[in-house]
Amino acid sequence: MKNKVSAMASWFDARPERPRLIGSRCRSCRSYFFPRESFACRNPACGAADLEEVPLSASGTLWSYTDNRYQPPAPYVSPEPFAPYAIAAVELADEKMVVLGQVANGVATADLQVGMRMELVVETLYSDDANEYLVWKWAPAAGSRS
Amino acid sequence: MSERQVAVLGVGMHPWGKWGRNFVEYGVAAARAALADAGIAWRDVQFVAGGETIRNGYPGFIAGASIAQALGWSGAQVTSCYGACAAGSQAVSVARAHILAGNCDVALVVGADTTPKGFFAPQAGERGDDPDWLRFRLLGATNPVYFALYARRRMELYGATDRDFAKVKVKNARHGLENPYARYRKLVTEEEVLASPMVSDPLRLLEICATSDGGAALVLTSMAYARRRTTDPVAISAVATVTPRYPNTVIEMPNFATDSAAAAPPPPVAFRDSIAAAAYAQAGIGPEDVDVAEVYDLSSALELDWYENIGLCPPGDAEKLLNDGVTTLGGRVPVNPSGGLSCFGEAIPAQAIAQVCELVWQLRGQAAGRQVEGAKIGVTVNQGLFGHGSSVVVQR
Repeated sequence: MKNKVSAMASWFDARPERPRLIGSRCRSCRSYFFPRESFACRNPACGAADLEEVPLSASGTLWSYTDNRYQPPAPYVSPEPFAPYAIAAVELADEKMVVLGQVANGVATADLQVGMRMELVVETLYSDDANEYLVWKWAPAAGSRS
Repeated sequence: MSERQVAVLGVGMHPWGKWGRNFVEYGVAAARAALADAGIAWRDVQFVAGGETIRNGYPGFIAGASIAQALGWSGAQVTSCYGACAAGSQAVSVARAHILAGNCDVALVVGADTTPKGFFAPQAGERGDDPDWLRFRLLGATNPVYFALYARRRMELYGATDRDFAKVKVKNARHGLENPYARYRKLVTEEEVLASPMVSDPLRLLEICATSDGGAALVLTSMAYARRRTTDPVAISAVATVTPRYPNTVIEMPNFATDSAAAAPPPPVAFRDSIAAAAYAQAGIGPEDVDVAEVYDLSSALELDWYENIGLCPPGDAEKLLNDGVTTLGGRVPVNPSGGLSCFGEAIPAQAIAQVCELVWQLRGQAAGRQVEGAKIGVTVNQGLFGHGSSVVVQR
């Protein structure tokens, strides 16, 4: 049994029962950032240095989507053999931002529709001899599969 | 406004292709062609602005000096600029500023690139703090992935179809057919476009710009210098190199997320709409004055976005503009008479310069086989990743 480790530990909570992207929020103007901003708020009307780490909404609406029919170049680590997979841009309502992610295994572009409800899941990005590296992905929310 | 203008006295290009030679060779060929076109000797150039390439080692980072050395050290002042796909217009902007500031009368702007086969990939190494590396590692988000997200969004918002996108490719293939500098010079049909392999749904292979080798150069001079040599020089009346305004709410390469509009409302003018607008304001013109445009058709679908972004039509009307033939040679405002990236592929630091070369040929009436009759004002637009806008107004 391989260890399951996050491919990008500081960016998301990889516990499958509670997958959440980790962003930051400015304590002064309440702007959100993903990935996290560590040293300054990027709102030019603010610029405060006081940012807090916050989990982002775990669901949103599909803003757009596409797929990779060909294997992307390194540093992408592809399963062998390469299988096409979808990529989604999902709009989070509270944060008013769009976040990219791969789409969960087994979901093709034909299963997707702009505006549909999507939720965060955690799946394997790639494996080596010791570990399975996990990443966040977007999946159609229960009941919204077309 | 004339004191804000600089003259384009010479233009030159090395043909685009996949030659596999040193980028400096293409830059030198383009520079020599531009100098010959201007009737100016290399040793009379006082300032060299090079567009950088990041895939050719140290000589690429200091491209201005690499090309100046190959032309023969002459003591000219030099700079090298990078702004991703907008690198070329950054070089134009710096050269223009030196001329307008009175630091020189004659400047050479040059960009050239040698590209690898296949998808552009990030710089090598393990770079966990570089979004351009991480987007490949964590998402496999190639450039066409972003182009495809925009294309799908366009279909959703405005009802654009696969066939509309294919028609852009058909148009540009026809435009570039007789352009001696274009890499792809072959007519295609809608059916051939639609039958080409899907790369990133909804974009197919023939709708996504290739990566190319190539070089382009301009000889810029003060208007006073130009008037001593010619009666009616083509002039650059605006160069915009704007960045986005916060919050930028459209996902942009190489980012994982947009800015958040939770605390600050989106700007009244979105980033891509602000690029040519800034150039129009500088030149004191509006989109209705434009006779010809060279826009960055990284994908067929993206060309349609640009029609709206540069003000040729309201949002949602680009397909109608295309289908009515307005943007085809012979139409009211032909777009990409050169054939665009569709026929060239992308030679990054040369591309924004090549757009200006094409407009200069158009305004001089020298664009054989693709001439926009009577063109007086042209605009270029392009966008480099990490927030680089680029737009140049050329007029005669």
